Amino acid sequence: MATNLKKWFNLRENLQMLTDVNSSENRYRLLQRNIRILMIVLTIVPLSMMALINYHQYQSSLREEIITPETLLANKTRHSFEFFLNERQSLIKSISYFYSYEQLSDEKTLNHILFTLKKEFGGFVDLGLINGADGTQLCYAGPYNLLGKNYAEQSWFHEVMLKGTYISDVFMGYRKFPHIAIAVQRLEQSGRSWIVRTTIDTAMFDNLIAAMGLDSESDAFILNQEGIFQTNSRLYGKVLERCPLKIPMGGHATYVDERKDPGGRDIFLTYTNLTYPDYTLVIVKSRSTVLKTWYALKSDLFLVFLIGSTVIVFVVFRLTGIMVNRIREADQNRELAFRELEHHHKLSSIGRLAAGVAHEINNPLAIINEKAGLIKDLIEYTPDFKQKEKFSSLVGAILQSVNRCRTITHRLLGFAKRMEVEIENLDVNELLEEVLGFLEKEALYRNINLGLELAKDLPRIDSDRGQLQQVFLNILNNAMAAVEDEGKIRIATWEKDADTIAVSVQDNGCGMSEETLRHIFEPFFTTKREHGTGLGLSITYGIVKKLGGDIEVKSKEHEGTTFKVFLPKKSNV
Amino acid sequence: MDPMKVLLVDDEREFVTTLAERLELRNMNVSIAMDGEAALGFVESDPPHVVVLDVMMPGLGGLEVLEKIKAMDSKIQVILLTGHGATKDGIRGMKLGAFDYLIKPIDIDELIKKLYAAVKSMA
Repeated sequence: MATNLKKWFNLRENLQMLTDVNSSENRYRLLQRNIRILMIVLTIVPLSMMALINYHQYQSSLREEIITPETLLANKTRHSFEFFLNERQSLIKSISYFYSYEQLSDEKTLNHILFTLKKEFGGFVDLGLINGADGTQLCYAGPYNLLGKNYAEQSWFHEVMLKGTYISDVFMGYRKFPHIAIAVQRLEQSGRSWIVRTTIDTAMFDNLIAAMGLDSESDAFILNQEGIFQTNSRLYGKVLERCPLKIPMGGHATYVDERKDPGGRDIFLTYTNLTYPDYTLVIVKSRSTVLKTWYALKSDLFLVFLIGSTVIVFVVFRLTGIMVNRIREADQNRELAFRELEHHHKLSSIGRLAAGVAHEINNPLAIINEKAGLIKDLIEYTPDFKQKEKFSSLVGAILQSVNRCRTITHRLLGFAKRMEVEIENLDVNELLEEVLGFLEKEALYRNINLGLELAKDLPRIDSDRGQLQQVFLNILNNAMAAVEDEGKIRIATWEKDADTIAVSVQDNGCGMSEETLRHIFEPFFTTKREHGTGLGLSITYGIVKKLGGDIEVKSKEHEGTTFKVFLPKKSNV
Repeated sequence: MDPMKVLLVDDEREFVTTLAERLELRNMNVSIAMDGEAALGFVESDPPHVVVLDVMMPGLGGLEVLEKIKAMDSKIQVILLTGHGATKDGIRGMKLGAFDYLIKPIDIDELIKKLYAAVKSMA
């Protein structure tokens, strides 16, 4: 199989075959196949390459175009979150500076501040003052009773003591709403330190996400470092649940990713990490929505490629078929012309040879004729003698043989003589009737039905009377020889076109085999054995061709033969 | 009636002598000439009724001899023998005044027929 394929696609061999001359029918099939393969390869390969290159180029440039708005959206939203958190943090920090420790220790003041914050900013739930030294809640304004609670063991306390600020992950707080805590440390020069801590509900987060204006297929949410939802996700879970998507944390850029979600949906992910705190903003869109334009382009590209390929294949097949047919026709014509030329050469050289032979033989033949004639005379003029009858019949046989030789030499000479033509204006119908005059007796004797269908207004033509007589005599003689007694011969004339008249001679005789038909116009080809020279039809063919006409023969064994002779109206000999 | 006087002109001795013998058997007065010159000599000295003349001869050709005979005595009839089967020579000869032409080898009966016809045409 592999070697076969290799052979098939061996370009050099195929190209070689294109130019190989081999007249079999197989050759044209091979030629056609090879041209088709070659043309299709030569056209489809560049087309495919173009399509592939285009595909990749469009893919990369379109990707850029598709990704940019997604990352922009992610960045914008991240900034909103950062801004929101920073603002809240700054606010608390300001409070810790604007108010002294003593003021903040006063529950009244603290309540007042909380009230103002709730009123002006919203989302603030409580506010408290914590001792930096031991982590005890010194003062508290809010719905819980947290006064005196110690935070020294909690990690956020250590972090705020270390970094000065702290923003917590989301937790379920007051009335089961998700909250975050923000804490700020204040350090006096005296060494006294305290912490202002507030709790904010995260309804604002939802607003920020809603501000992105995502469609119903899409989703956006915040995750903390452990992959826990900090906001509700439309598709993947509630706040504080674990996110089923694995989002790599860390890094400060905005990333995109295409993957399948646990539900098997193709999604387009955009995610970015907040500077502080360690939140990750994730935007999920269905891949088909995001890449809609790309898919459309891709199918367009594919369609163009498909149509292009189909058209190419169709055109290549049609064109190659036509081309190979033309080549075949040209080859056939060339071969035909070549054969005709060869035939002509054969005829003319045989003609010359025949003339020489005939001439040389004719003289001794004439002498034999006279000698034998004299013997015959002498026998006849002598009174009866012994064996007179016998001698007489012997001489008669010699004379008969001489006669046969004479017929042959005359034909040979006639064959050679065909080179000269005398043109006159003549009526083919009349000529045919003259020729039939020679044959009428035989036809009558053998009871052969001679049917004449001569066109009444057949135009006169310029041609050689003698030679045409020979042509029709030959053809009619053949017809007479072919039919049985009481057979039928039909002779018709008609005007074929503006320049040509036609004569057909049709018999219902024995017909010819295909083999005979192929050689019928060759000199010395005969089926009559002793009786024919094999020159008759070859002479006929030569004459008709020389007079600018054409001859064709159709025959079927046991059914009959039809000769058609076409003659030009105007001679150009 | 006097026997018909026929002059046979042909360069092939075997042919011409045999033919002469055959014609003599048929009561004709036959002379033989082997070439054109001799033929013209015969015509001058003893004019025949009919000359049977071969077209293809060495020296003086048959058609030239024909012309000369016709020039000497247009009443003498000439029958041409063409060895070629070349009817063209025959036709040319007839245009020059030959009575008819025959193609070699000839049929004796046909020749006799033509000879009598030629003599008859003279009268």
